[in-house]
Amino acid sequence: MERPLTKHIHPDREPLSLQEYERVGGYQAVRKALLELTPEAVVTLVKDSNLRGRGGAGFNTGLKWSFVPMGPDVPRPKYLVANADEMEPGTFKDRMLLEGNPHQLIEGMILASYAIGADISYVFLRWAYKKAAHGIIKAIQEAYAAGYLGQNILGTEFSLEMHLHTGVGRYMCGEETALLNALEGKRAMPRAKPPFPQVSGLYGKPTIVNNVETLCCLPHIVNHGAEWFKGLSRTQDAGTKIYGVSGKVKRPGAWELPMGVTIRELVEEYAGGMLDGYKFKGALPGGASTDFLVEQHLDTPMDYTSIAAAGSRMGTGTMIILDDQTCPVGFVHNLQHFFAQESCGFCTPCREGLPWVEKVLLSIDRGEGRPEDMNILDFHTKYLGPGNTFCALAPGAMEPLQSALKYFREDFERHIHDHQCPWK
Amino acid sequence: MPTIYIDNVPYEVKPGKNLLEACLTLGKDLPYFCWHPAMGSVGACRQCAVKVFKDEADTKGRLIMSCMEPVRDQMRLSIEEPEAREFREHVIEWLMTNHPHDCAVCDEGGSCHLQDMTVMTGHAYRRFQFKKRTYQNQYLGPFLNHEMNRCIQCYRCVRYYKDYAGGKDLDVFGAHNHVYFGRAEDGVLESEFSGNLVEVCPTGVFTDKTLKQHYTRKWDLTMAPSVCHHCSLGCNITAGERYGSLRQIVNRYNGEVNGYFLCDRGRFGYEFVNSPARVKKALVRSKLPEAVSREEALQEVGAKLKGARLIGIGSPRASLESNFALKALVGEDNFHSGVSDTDYDLVNMSLKILQSTPARTFSLREVEKADAVFILGEDLINTAPLLGLAVRQSVRQQPMETVMQASIPYWQDAAARELVQDQHGPLFMATLTATKLDEITTATVHASPDTIARLGFAVANLISAESPEVTHLSEEEQALAEQIAQALVKAKRPLIISGCSSGSEAVLEAAANLTAALHAQNPETGIVLTVPECNSMGLAMLGGHRLDSAFAAIHNNYADAVIILENNLHRSADKAEVDRFLGKAKQVIVLDHLHHATSEKAHVVLPAGAFSEADGTLVNNEGRAQRFYQVYPTAEDIQESWRWLAQIGQALHVPLMSQWENLDDVTRALMENEPRFKGLEAIAPPAGFRIAGQKVPRETHRFSGRTAMFAHHSVSEPKPPEDPDAPLTFTMEGYRGQPPSPITPFFWAPGWNSMQSVNKYQDEVGGHLRYGDPGVRLIEPGQNGTHRFYHDVPEDFQPLKDHLFLLPLPHIFGSEELSSFSPGIAERAPKPFVALNPLDAQKYGLEAGEILSFSLNHQTFRLPVKLYPELPLGTAGLPKGLPDVPFAEVPAWAIILKQEPAWKNQPHTIS
Repeated sequence: MERPLTKHIHPDREPLSLQEYERVGGYQAVRKALLELTPEAVVTLVKDSNLRGRGGAGFNTGLKWSFVPMGPDVPRPKYLVANADEMEPGTFKDRMLLEGNPHQLIEGMILASYAIGADISYVFLRWAYKKAAHGIIKAIQEAYAAGYLGQNILGTEFSLEMHLHTGVGRYMCGEETALLNALEGKRAMPRAKPPFPQVSGLYGKPTIVNNVETLCCLPHIVNHGAEWFKGLSRTQDAGTKIYGVSGKVKRPGAWELPMGVTIRELVEEYAGGMLDGYKFKGALPGGASTDFLVEQHLDTPMDYTSIAAAGSRMGTGTMIILDDQTCPVGFVHNLQHFFAQESCGFCTPCREGLPWVEKVLLSIDRGEGRPEDMNILDFHTKYLGPGNTFCALAPGAMEPLQSALKYFREDFERHIHDHQCPWK
Repeated sequence: MPTIYIDNVPYEVKPGKNLLEACLTLGKDLPYFCWHPAMGSVGACRQCAVKVFKDEADTKGRLIMSCMEPVRDQMRLSIEEPEAREFREHVIEWLMTNHPHDCAVCDEGGSCHLQDMTVMTGHAYRRFQFKKRTYQNQYLGPFLNHEMNRCIQCYRCVRYYKDYAGGKDLDVFGAHNHVYFGRAEDGVLESEFSGNLVEVCPTGVFTDKTLKQHYTRKWDLTMAPSVCHHCSLGCNITAGERYGSLRQIVNRYNGEVNGYFLCDRGRFGYEFVNSPARVKKALVRSKLPEAVSREEALQEVGAKLKGARLIGIGSPRASLESNFALKALVGEDNFHSGVSDTDYDLVNMSLKILQSTPARTFSLREVEKADAVFILGEDLINTAPLLGLAVRQSVRQQPMETVMQASIPYWQDAAARELVQDQHGPLFMATLTATKLDEITTATVHASPDTIARLGFAVANLISAESPEVTHLSEEEQALAEQIAQALVKAKRPLIISGCSSGSEAVLEAAANLTAALHAQNPETGIVLTVPECNSMGLAMLGGHRLDSAFAAIHNNYADAVIILENNLHRSADKAEVDRFLGKAKQVIVLDHLHHATSEKAHVVLPAGAFSEADGTLVNNEGRAQRFYQVYPTAEDIQESWRWLAQIGQALHVPLMSQWENLDDVTRALMENEPRFKGLEAIAPPAGFRIAGQKVPRETHRFSGRTAMFAHHSVSEPKPPEDPDAPLTFTMEGYRGQPPSPITPFFWAPGWNSMQSVNKYQDEVGGHLRYGDPGVRLIEPGQNGTHRFYHDVPEDFQPLKDHLFLLPLPHIFGSEELSSFSPGIAERAPKPFVALNPLDAQKYGLEAGEILSFSLNHQTFRLPVKLYPELPLGTAGLPKGLPDVPFAEVPAWAIILKQEPAWKNQPHTIS
């Protein structure tokens, strides 16, 4: 089984230095792209590879790039931003890539920048990833010294600056437009789309924001081609994927696997099954902001299309398991507490709705719920949907709630009827 | 024109707008909070949701925010669809989870947009049963209250304060449901336009602190359409009264003039009307300390003036009618303007320029659309504040073209500002010292008036060889002139702004040349000149002699009695000279509403109506005549100056005045006798105007306490006072529909109690008033060929040893006479000072706060020094019109007096 992204990552070793990275084929993709391929060819290659954004939305990366205005008369500078603000609860896949092999990310960023004609690039890093920050700073310095960054890279016309920016720890910054506002020094509030960042992004200039894992795929696509990349997958969604499992399992962790392994494989094979005495009750397949899937979905392949068909989202591909010993109301309350706190406060439904949901869930969990509280939860799941709120935060927050109300409704009703939590 | 279907009914709408604008323009009741017609859309509140459908067959549709959706032909939407209605109701329900239920004690109650929208959505039942979040409030200065608990986080305040008005010290803090709008710490809000927060805030977070001191609900106010008296722009205001005191000024939308906003001087300067310095009774010196009745006073004046050789001194802050009445009374030869000699020359020159220049004067709306601006000599924020605010918008014009190119609708505010970033201009400014607009200029010059004029002439010469050449320019100046000329020539709607505040005719001449030169190349060129007072332009149009000829008339015994109309001469001429004049005149009759140094010397003082107690006309800086109306019946013996003068005229048997009974009589006589005022009748309907046989009420239909409010005097309800001058009643009875715009006493529409009801009065939201924006331009651009280029280019300014060239420094708070009597304004006014360049200060061995002594026109001044690093060397700044700074005719050279020994500055102690 090929594991291109994590092949050179070893949990117990320091990340590869520039020389070590070069020795295992590092920066060959940059050489190939800059010296042999036009930017358009890189875009086409990535489009053909069917690489879909690993940050959660699953949009075709090459297609996203193709909206960037190209040519001599377009606004400049153009920007590339690596979204390394990994804040989705239960998600720790980018951390592995950031801490394990920063040069792979930098190479991917150079390739993406070349494809879109970016002049300046940023790594927007989650504040808590201190170890990653040290590695990235060192790697950027090495890449500058080796001439992979800076003016006229490899003697070509292409120049690129790269900077590391560490956030202050807002979930909102995972949203690409809020990230751009934060990077500009403004409040981390999302922007209305259109205009999309490809047209008016950082400082109003054309900008691409790509997830770390997405960017890390690029050197391998350039080196080995689109067909190879598609062949890594078991399904129509190309490539490998870093999957993660957390919860009451024997071996929680993250693994690079072919796209399309099933939930059952992940839980039983890679995570070693449930801890003794615990039963699988449900899972949030792609992080906290995705719908629960339950036992009947265990054989669903973990790819964008199949998970969507099952009624949830692939999201980041890192699942949180709900077991039978944990109260689903308390579980969902904990999530809503997070989302309510992370709401940026810009639009009304999210700012005011999420705290209300959180308070209602808490009171149900405490045995103080009233039958009419179910209506309050239901109306929030109905009206905090996409398009009704300014960005996807609140709709994402509603996904675990609405599916919990669907699959575990009797647990909620029992709390209200019995005036206590059956798990306490 | 695109057709859209709203609930299956087709409507033609304007392209380029968003759905919310389209719906509101069509008169639909669609609730909103964060959108504002002057500030565009950001999509924060989610209140204006509607359903849109793909086509006729689509029955499901999807919710969208109408403010963020451009109008598209054949679009189908529904306001009434149940889910859309339900969502909008939930938005209010969400907002109400934290909004206090304090309407009964909230200043906003009764004119609250949040109340209106709550009722509109139908939300009535509270399901949220948890605690509300609370905040600490801040002290924000003398103008505004802060009550953050009421905040619904629509973000309008910061968008207005920072993005629109350029303020720095109001911001949004915190996150999630604990977002806070305020300052970083307690303190006075710095912006000169902070008062608009009262109207921008859809609920009671920012409310009028001056109103709170004598609080009245909107529905209990007696209101009239009025015009701001505190600068020359003529912003339209609504003034409200109760129990005989003026309670509040709010914006009265005029699509050509002030739009949605006022400056703080205009909004909070009204309190002079309630000042203890008011003249309320007629006073006759020989009968003091008792006041006399109106009749007695008239008899007394009649007796005193019988056979007297009479002169009159008019006023730039009195109405056209009052000035004309005085002119009619004393005769053309004996009528004087009552302004300083500098102002006299400059205003007359401004008038002459506007009459002869081929370019149009831009209205404030047009200023906002100008795409290249050059300001000569004016510190707009301090002389014509709202013009400064309009210039702030104009610098967005050129950058906004990139927004259009990117296919971003101009109203999508956040996206437009993101794309534009901090690009602005072109705006060039040459002023005496630093101003608040410096931060948005393309290039700024701080120089003496002559140097400013030379720059203006240099630019004019580059554009047209007919304008004289400027010699001895430095390379830097030449390069700047070229840069300015290029930007102006390239622009589609270039604008030249100048005015009287730098005290220099040369600056005005340069501006005139520049405008004419540009206009020859581009007929869309505009000009704006500011003048000192609210009716300076009207007074200049009326004509009148210089103030010093009035003095001469008395001193030369050509005249022996003087009537002074609403004028404190001590603000227009040297004290000694004025006192000598007043001492020499046998009879001094003063008509005014405030006691001041001049009224102190009068033999008779007649109580004149302040703007809220009088009807009249003002002519603003653009030559726009606008009518203001009496708000409430006057107390005691106060009446309009023109009415006093008409009565005096009748007592003295002046034929022209014999039939003057009401305002229309005076206006008619004015038009007949002064051809310049032809067309004045169009500014407002006459007093006899009726709609369906009815007058227009000044009170809302909810006005309360009519039979009770004076019950402590008498329990029988008196007959309502009549208004012979206007088609308005002082009561709640009358026509309830929309009256013509000049006589709209307040904006109100069913379901719209707040100021936002103005939507219902406009031809399109943010556009013109449905029955035309009030006011008539009396000055038209000169016909081709009337303009002559000015040819006297001044020499460059040279400092003079032991002298400083004193320049006038206007201040928004303090420089204007009337508003200075308002406590809030007085609090914001600077203490007396003289401004010096630090290098000059060093030369005279002075540090900030130390006293500079100088002699100016035989007067000795001793003022503490403030350091102004941008002030040109060899000049000094004298604050204009501050109550405690004596008048001096500036610009002028002052002789620096030998510094007094240091011990003299020490506090005196008795040993």
